[in-house]
Amino acid sequence: MKTIINELLHHRNRSRMLSFALIIGSYLIIEFLMHSIRISRLFTSMLVPCCCYIILALSLNLVVGFSGELSLGHAGFMAVGAFTAIIVSGLSAKMIPDPVIRLFISVLSGSILSGLTGLLISVPVLKLSGDYLAIVTLAFGQIIKSLITNIYLGFDSNGLQLSFVTNELNLEQGKMLLSGPMGATDTAKISNFSSGALLIVITLFVIYSLIDSKYGRAIMAARDDRIAAESIGIDILRSKTLAFVASSILAGAAGALYALNYSTLQPAKFDFNTSILALVYVVFGGLGNINGTIIATTVLYVLPELLRSLQDYRMLIYAIVLIIVMQLGSSVRLKRSMEKLKNRFSKKGVIR
Amino acid sequence: MTFLTYLISGLALGSVYAIIALGYTMVYGIAKMLNFAHGDIIMVGGYAAFYACTRYGLPAGLSILLSVLTCTILGVIIERLAYKPLRQASSLSVLITAIGVSYFLQNSAQLMFGSDTKIFPSILTEGSFRFFDGKLIISYLTIITILTCIIIMIGLTTFINKTKIGKAMRACAEDKGAAQLMGINIDTTISITFAIGSGLAAIAAILLCSTYPSLSPTLGSMPGIKAFTAAVFGGIGSIPGALLGGVLLGIIENLTKAYISTQLSDAIVFAVLIIVLLIKPTGLLGKKENVKV
Repeated sequence: MKTIINELLHHRNRSRMLSFALIIGSYLIIEFLMHSIRISRLFTSMLVPCCCYIILALSLNLVVGFSGELSLGHAGFMAVGAFTAIIVSGLSAKMIPDPVIRLFISVLSGSILSGLTGLLISVPVLKLSGDYLAIVTLAFGQIIKSLITNIYLGFDSNGLQLSFVTNELNLEQGKMLLSGPMGATDTAKISNFSSGALLIVITLFVIYSLIDSKYGRAIMAARDDRIAAESIGIDILRSKTLAFVASSILAGAAGALYALNYSTLQPAKFDFNTSILALVYVVFGGLGNINGTIIATTVLYVLPELLRSLQDYRMLIYAIVLIIVMQLGSSVRLKRSMEKLKNRFSKKGVIR
Repeated sequence: MTFLTYLISGLALGSVYAIIALGYTMVYGIAKMLNFAHGDIIMVGGYAAFYACTRYGLPAGLSILLSVLTCTILGVIIERLAYKPLRQASSLSVLITAIGVSYFLQNSAQLMFGSDTKIFPSILTEGSFRFFDGKLIISYLTIITILTCIIIMIGLTTFINKTKIGKAMRACAEDKGAAQLMGINIDTTISITFAIGSGLAAIAAILLCSTYPSLSPTLGSMPGIKAFTAAVFGGIGSIPGALLGGVLLGIIENLTKAYISTQLSDAIVFAVLIIVLLIKPTGLLGKKENVKV
């Protein structure tokens, strides 16, 4: 029994070490390559968004994989984080000239506000279950997007000005931070690859600490068997709220980092399709599989860009890949032959 | 009087949502899957009708028939190729496959028809009734839309309650395993469900494109999400629920657009959905399922 536990611990630690090694290793390699040889702008421009999508997918995996609830509105949290960060960064530009500190404060405030939104939303959302829960997250995602689309915010010497639905601001020499459907324009680009990689490491640390803790095990117990978990005294609602809020904080951080990587950003970017995209990454990587999520996100994010030479056909190929992988993943025949292969190559063999 | 105008046009929009929602709700009831590609079937139906009457100059009736046929066949093919192998898979894999199919249809449409917006011809009728000295104007199209919805509802309810296939569908929705033991062919039943849902999507497409005459490859996304919301609103899996949900959603959307704000109408529609689900967690007419230990 003891050896089994030891082996399990060993296996778990190995997969954790692998995640950190994966991120730090690829970070070092890419940094080295960027300094030694010239890499195309296309490649370097993909680095920060890729980091953001990895964080988004990891955060979604916390809800879908570990907590077992389908969320179709994660782009909403990303949007809250993104536009909070833009506002904070825009307002503090004069006070805090150092971009690194400003980035830190912006991302922090973005994730805090997103976490608060998550806490607020979790109250109605977690009252429901199954597909009804999923549709309510979709609805909240749409509501957040349409609310942000209607905010006009600017500041000038008189201070901050806000109007809703129609633009009634008259700024004197001021700066617009949010202009309705146009979103943010002229944002200072202060995100960089190093901060993205660091944020992934922090995300991994947060997720691993959570799922290794008492609370994390409660979250997974609630997912595996709600009634059994409840009967041994686990507070289901509290566990699920914890997972949901932690996830929204991380998604907000992803959004904040994403927003500060572009000079213009429209709220329409964070629509239903972005939520779905994150879900695709999670399902491809495997529910509750952290390393799988990181790899799947990278591959699926880079794939359409690599297929750019195929122009119009690239999204078509993407769609076909999506369908085929899902078919193969659940094909019984393939699973059997994979097991046969595994048995053939494993030294222990199967004793019947 | 203006209120009545908005109410009636909301009723027409709601009828279209209801017809689309029927497709979602029937597929959910029988195959227990959220078919996110349903919205894109609407788009295909729109293009089929558009090309039939503008490129090949077919009469309206024939164009509609062709559009319905195209969608029906497409629906069955999609079910056979993409969803049937996943009958035993987790619901998330099926969901992702449906999203893949949706991307596939949108991008194929973009390649075949171009991404530019096309103007849908008015193949149904033009003109309108005038009441109260022209204070209340109701277009023929509005009346046709509402009537079509009523006819479809009556037809479908009769079909499901009276025919043998309808009985098989109800049996499948209740318990697939038991239905199979009673000699019902599950695969055929699911195919028929997809065929009916997709055919209805084509009809919805023509009604929708006649009201808002612009065709683009992403035409189906928003009505798709709205109709899906309508289906959940009324209680997903329930056919009268789809009608009630669709009509209510259409009316709420139109009235908020008219009296509150056009930009905020989506937010308000979704907020109403959330409130309804909080009061009745399985939708207005949904069945409550008890979990047994």
